[in-house]
Amino acid sequence: MCLAIPARIVKLEEDRAVVDAMGNQFNARTTFLPNAKLGDLVLVHAGFAISTIDEDEARKTWELIEEIDQFNDTQNKISG
Amino acid sequence: MLRRIRNAQLLMDAACELTGRPINIMEVCGTHTVSIFRNGIRGTLPKSMKLLSGPGCPVCVTHQGYIDTVLELADRNDCIIATYGDMIRVPGKGGSLETRKSVGNVRIVLSSEDALQLARDNPSKTVVFVAVGFETTTPATAVAVKQAAKEGINNFCILSNHKIVVPAMQALLSDKNNKIDAFLCPGHVSVITGYGVFRGIVEQFCKPCVVAGFEPMQIIEGLAEICRQIIEGKPEAKTLYTAVVTEKGNQIAQSIISECFEPMDGYWRGLGKIPKSTLQLKENYSKFDAFKRFGVTEKSENDTTGCRCGEVLCGLIDPPQCELFGSACEPQTPVGPCMVSSEGACAAWFKYGRRKKQNG
Repeated sequence: MCLAIPARIVKLEEDRAVVDAMGNQFNARTTFLPNAKLGDLVLVHAGFAISTIDEDEARKTWELIEEIDQFNDTQNKISG
Repeated sequence: MLRRIRNAQLLMDAACELTGRPINIMEVCGTHTVSIFRNGIRGTLPKSMKLLSGPGCPVCVTHQGYIDTVLELADRNDCIIATYGDMIRVPGKGGSLETRKSVGNVRIVLSSEDALQLARDNPSKTVVFVAVGFETTTPATAVAVKQAAKEGINNFCILSNHKIVVPAMQALLSDKNNKIDAFLCPGHVSVITGYGVFRGIVEQFCKPCVVAGFEPMQIIEGLAEICRQIIEGKPEAKTLYTAVVTEKGNQIAQSIISECFEPMDGYWRGLGKIPKSTLQLKENYSKFDAFKRFGVTEKSENDTTGCRCGEVLCGLIDPPQCELFGSACEPQTPVGPCMVSSEGACAAWFKYGRRKKQNG
């Protein structure tokens, strides 16, 4: 529950953003990051951007999320 | 990279040699637990260095009594329960939210905003948001409460079980049976709180508190940094996750939390009642407090018989030491919350053990 996801702001109107994470687009609020702007990479948690993040760090986290997803998928197949 | 790993190993070996006894480091965050298993980090550590999985998964630390209160509200026909997906399978005394889902009054939401929208869309029902989580999720709940107040959405309320990480870490260290030498502190919780929040623990208990990100190299270097501090005898609060964790954290999020919530004594699974560790809505937002609106209290029943999640969360036992582990309790049929959540220590141990068996 405490893993935030890096995503890029692709639309922004006041504090309401549409963000893109690994090709998935969803809504997020930038209430806690008033200086966030279009094109920024941010860490999104529970629908809110909590920090900006650089490309390199975002890529590492995306890779980790993919790995954890694969890990869970594999294990679900084994146990289920 | 190899040089960095080598340097880390040298520090770990030196610390183990110096202390001449096992070094126990608790990783507080469930995502660290998963990453540690996924990357096989335990196997690379010196034999006398042990990692303990701490109370860092919000689902796992949620007290049984709170789950039962949620289920009580789910049985009312004038309520809709809005919950993060993680909570849906946690067993209570009479089933789980999943067993109520077919009736239609339990909905999974991805954010507090979604819960608020449910309230707008269902004016004849009261939407109760199952507000769980640490500092990462609390500000999102606060924003929803403020929005509900602003728009006058009176059929929305929250059942707050938001937790504060530091009091739990202090409670663990205050227990005379604890074996903890240092904390690997949570990554994304610290984005909100800042790493400075751990200084109190360092000063009070003289234990290193190091924040790391979730990729394996950060975790290994975080453990090595702890060892460096042990060798030098100078524990400090520090972050290696400088990309997103600052000393003071996200102060806007912090101020929204303190505008809406105040700390009160609260129950944690395994740790019992911890002073000023759980957040309740302040008086001016109390009409959105589901406990007050429905006149319910958190029940004080003990945890499920035989389940040892509480001891797991305190780092007192490893999951396989629980008699139910892998037999009565497994991810498909969880008895305790540490097996329900994918970030739970029992689920991680179970999956890791199974994987080893498959490969072997």
